[in-house]
Amino acid sequence: MKLLAVIETSAPLSSLYHIMPSFPWFGMDIGGTLVKLVYFEPKDITAEEEQEEVENLKSIRRYLTSNTAYGKTGIRDVHLELQDLTLCGRTGNLHFIRFPTHDLPAFLQMGRNKHFSSLHTTLCATGGGAYKFESDFRTMADLQLHKLDELDCLIRGVLYIDSVVSSGPSECYYFENPTDPDRCIQKPYTLENPYPLLLVNIGSGVSILAVYSETNYKRVTGTSLGGGTFLGLCCLLTGCSTFEEALEMASQGESTRVDKLVRDIYGGNYERFGLPGWAVASSFGNMMSKDKRESVSKEDLARATLVTITNNIGSITRMCALNENIERVVFVGNFLRVNTLSMKLLAYAMDYWSKGQLKALFLQHEGYFGAVGALLELLHPA
Amino acid sequence: MAEWSGLHSSTSRHTMDKSITLPPDEIFRNLENAKRFAIDIGGSLTKLAYYSTVQHKVAKVRSFDHATKTEMVDELYEISVQEEVTARLHFIKFENAYIETCLDFVRDHLVNTDTKVIKATGGGAHKFKELIERKLGLRVDKEDEMTCLIKGCNFVLRNIPHEAFVYAKHADSEFRFQTTQPDIFPYLLVNIGSGVSIVKVESEDKFERIGGSSIGGGTFWGLGALLTKTKRFDELLQLASKGQHTSVDMLVKDIYGGSYGSLGLTGDLIASSFGKSATADKGFPKEDMAKSLLHMISNDIGQLACLYAKLHNLSRVYFGGFFIRGHPVTMHTITYSINFFTKGEVQALFLRHEGYLGAIGAFLKGAEEDNPNQYSWGENYAGSSGLMSVSPDMNPMQRARSGTFDMLEMDRLERKLVNLPLLQDASSYIPDTVDLAEDALAREYWLYCFEEALDGVVKRALASQPDMPEAAERAEKFRQKYRHKLQTLRHQPFAYGSLTVRSLLDTREHCLNEFNFPDPYSKIKQRENDMALKYYQKVVKSLEELSWEERQFALIRGVLAGNVFDWGAKAVSDVLESEPEFGFEQAKRKLEGIPSISLLCGPPHKCALFFVDNSGLDIILGVMPFVRELLSRGTEVVLASNSAPALNDVTNGELQILTESIAAMDPVIQAGLREDRLTLVQSGSSSPCLDLSRLDKVLAMVVRERKTDLVIIEGMGRAIHTNYYAMLSCESLKMAVIKNSWLADRLGGKLFSVVFKYEVPAAGHDSEALTPP
Repeated sequence: MKLLAVIETSAPLSSLYHIMPSFPWFGMDIGGTLVKLVYFEPKDITAEEEQEEVENLKSIRRYLTSNTAYGKTGIRDVHLELQDLTLCGRTGNLHFIRFPTHDLPAFLQMGRNKHFSSLHTTLCATGGGAYKFESDFRTMADLQLHKLDELDCLIRGVLYIDSVVSSGPSECYYFENPTDPDRCIQKPYTLENPYPLLLVNIGSGVSILAVYSETNYKRVTGTSLGGGTFLGLCCLLTGCSTFEEALEMASQGESTRVDKLVRDIYGGNYERFGLPGWAVASSFGNMMSKDKRESVSKEDLARATLVTITNNIGSITRMCALNENIERVVFVGNFLRVNTLSMKLLAYAMDYWSKGQLKALFLQHEGYFGAVGALLELLHPA
Repeated sequence: MAEWSGLHSSTSRHTMDKSITLPPDEIFRNLENAKRFAIDIGGSLTKLAYYSTVQHKVAKVRSFDHATKTEMVDELYEISVQEEVTARLHFIKFENAYIETCLDFVRDHLVNTDTKVIKATGGGAHKFKELIERKLGLRVDKEDEMTCLIKGCNFVLRNIPHEAFVYAKHADSEFRFQTTQPDIFPYLLVNIGSGVSIVKVESEDKFERIGGSSIGGGTFWGLGALLTKTKRFDELLQLASKGQHTSVDMLVKDIYGGSYGSLGLTGDLIASSFGKSATADKGFPKEDMAKSLLHMISNDIGQLACLYAKLHNLSRVYFGGFFIRGHPVTMHTITYSINFFTKGEVQALFLRHEGYLGAIGAFLKGAEEDNPNQYSWGENYAGSSGLMSVSPDMNPMQRARSGTFDMLEMDRLERKLVNLPLLQDASSYIPDTVDLAEDALAREYWLYCFEEALDGVVKRALASQPDMPEAAERAEKFRQKYRHKLQTLRHQPFAYGSLTVRSLLDTREHCLNEFNFPDPYSKIKQRENDMALKYYQKVVKSLEELSWEERQFALIRGVLAGNVFDWGAKAVSDVLESEPEFGFEQAKRKLEGIPSISLLCGPPHKCALFFVDNSGLDIILGVMPFVRELLSRGTEVVLASNSAPALNDVTNGELQILTESIAAMDPVIQAGLREDRLTLVQSGSSSPCLDLSRLDKVLAMVVRERKTDLVIIEGMGRAIHTNYYAMLSCESLKMAVIKNSWLADRLGGKLFSVVFKYEVPAAGHDSEALTPP
């Protein structure tokens, strides 16, 4: 059903075998805030193989698959796990793990303790951290990184995951009736004929790519107002310290106490320019007044921050879509993780301001595509 | 002076707020004739606009009717000073805190107005509606803010040369002023108030808000106040200008360790605004957070502006609103952002009178029946404060208490001004040869020069009105005003756009007019004209005795010798003061390096346009014989002279009389006039310099009709200080005598060296400039 199969699975097994790298298979994406790790757990190991397998490899496999949390901050997103996946002729499960970038030293320490380097595996890594921490991998864990471009990996990952997910919840989805909060529901979407596509990756910062084919894409622009800005400002404004905390506060707040709306200025709609009264005229605009600063809650501030950042991304995205003449937009990145608020806002903004011309799409594995792309590079060097 | 007396009376002083005093001859001037009020009340500043008529003295010349006069008079014409009423627009900007005081003041000084309505715009118009109606007894009529803004923007772009500028923080001159474009449309106006509005303007009446953003000045202010506990907008900007954003922002190098080479993203680029404040469990300096916030907002606005500019294919993008308003900090960050996102393809443009746009627009809405757009208007340098008269970044605390007033005055010009049709490329034409803002050495010299000359000018002004007892007082006021202007320009060379010799001269003329010295040189011009006329026939006769070739040479020499007689040049005025008998022959001997080329050897030109300079020997013995030769060859001649006096330059009024008088002696000139082959037109200018993009509409029409194929520009002001590099689409000749030793040095010549620049377009023949002595 999918046109985007990146991996040619019909090739004879034998021909795949001799180019198949040795286990373990990892793909890694080291971002500004989070490290994303995908791990392929082979489930078709023969008895013969099992015997040959070194203890190290078994121990790593056991450690990763039998836990859902690693150390204080590492987490396996079990709900995203892809089972019975055939990769490079092997069948197994794909696991999705993340931990904060500032805990990378602890990860390297673990790699050293588990003698990861003795497995002689190539560690494919992307994201800025692949460059920044390359020497740390070498000196702390005796590991050689194979560095990959993050946008190449991102696109490869998106196209691959969308092509292989066939069971369970649809990888791609959208919100029906985005402008009606009561009727707004999540609906599966089939990404047939995906090109051209605007791909918006919201991590710490934001990159916007226009994708015309698997290999033909360009970075249209980016903005520094991204997930890192949301969390950074929330920490300063509310004293919170995690993304989850910030989101929780935002979900309980009211941004209209913080923002100045069109109706706050004009009493209603600004008819002359077709601006509805509910539209935000000035983000944080009410905070110019001392009285209003004293009357808002932390939750209100968190909500306003979320709304401001999300709407701004929506606005820049919409302009890029117009300039590039693309109607379909896929939003990915970890800013959207457990962040239905932002997704619905984006869906709304795309639909409303484009008068229904633009469609906002989302993917289940929102933040892991770069890491998946890195893994694919290990198996099938481009 | 009758018109001042009302203002000098102190009847209303006691009603005013004690914290400020309003000097009535400086602020809210000409209120007694004011009508058509408009007011724009913003978040912190109020801008009041009104139209008024100004009565001032003008010099007129009138021919003596020799036929009816029984006694013989020596003079050819009489000079009279007459009262003239002209229209002026006044705009005053002050802090909202003083609005009540100012309204009281306005009410107390309104004498004979039949105005019933005041146009109002701006966010504060609603809040102060009741106060305005009560204080002024006028009905407040609200106008749409955006419409006013756009109307005002069109008006300043069209009427004020050097209105728009590019801001370059680290350049020699921070402000790079743009020349006025013949067509100002289409453009994008990005108004950064509490939010951002992006407006596409396609014509005078057609504009559309194509987008906007909620992240604007209010976000900087509101979020900044939350983060730094600093309340005032100005103080937040101050904080930001001292901060380091790199401690708060996550840069590309924080993620990559260096640059992201394959995308061309350098390491110092911000990858995630406030990205570092998310991870670190610590406090940040206020300054750093303010700086990070400033970058975040400026970059975001710049990016959106670029996306809209690209989508609508617009390259002119003006920024305004309180976020920008004269703040170097935000002009810099916006400029940076635009450069980054368009890779230099689009320049961020700012406006000198940005703060007045709403008030101007509201005023124009109310004045539509007067058709203000059918006239040309000019910025009055004497009555306008200039850019950053109130520097918002200097000291916000001090500024908050001082109550400062900023003013803009625009005079309605008698004539509609247009481009010379013969400019090769009107959009790239720059009248001025040297931008003194960029050339510190030249600036120092000329400011010094004008200061040195001030006493002489005052003396001359006084001498021109011997019968008026209060002239001394006015002359003194003139001295103070002009000296103050020079001092301002020394510190803020950008105050009135590009600082040039022309602007310094024009400012002096505006100041002289302001204090009713319309023509300090009228008597000198009269004496010299009378004297020169006596020699006209002798000069013509001696020229006719020469061989053709010798005559061509002598004619050029004559024009150049005549051009020595320039009271505006110190080297000359010294000689003229000390040797009143200094004559034409002496002048010829002073000339250094006369070119020995003949201009008039080819087939005759169809029509020559001659921009003349001084009266007296220059026009009569230098220019006229040359004109005569042109006429004799069958070339039509258009003589363009100033509409109003400047130094000893011949005015159109004087030239009419002089030409008639010459025609009476010379059949060639007489035939030229009779057969309409010699035409006198006014240039529309009253400057010793010449801006070929602002000329009388009639002149442009005549030039077109006559198929002019030769332009002659004479004199230092018109051919060296301005137009030295002007490219024309037909043959041109620029000639002048350098009467300033500093300038002569600069150009590599001596005092009284000759500039003779003959240019033929396209083919590229250019017989070069300064002939070595």
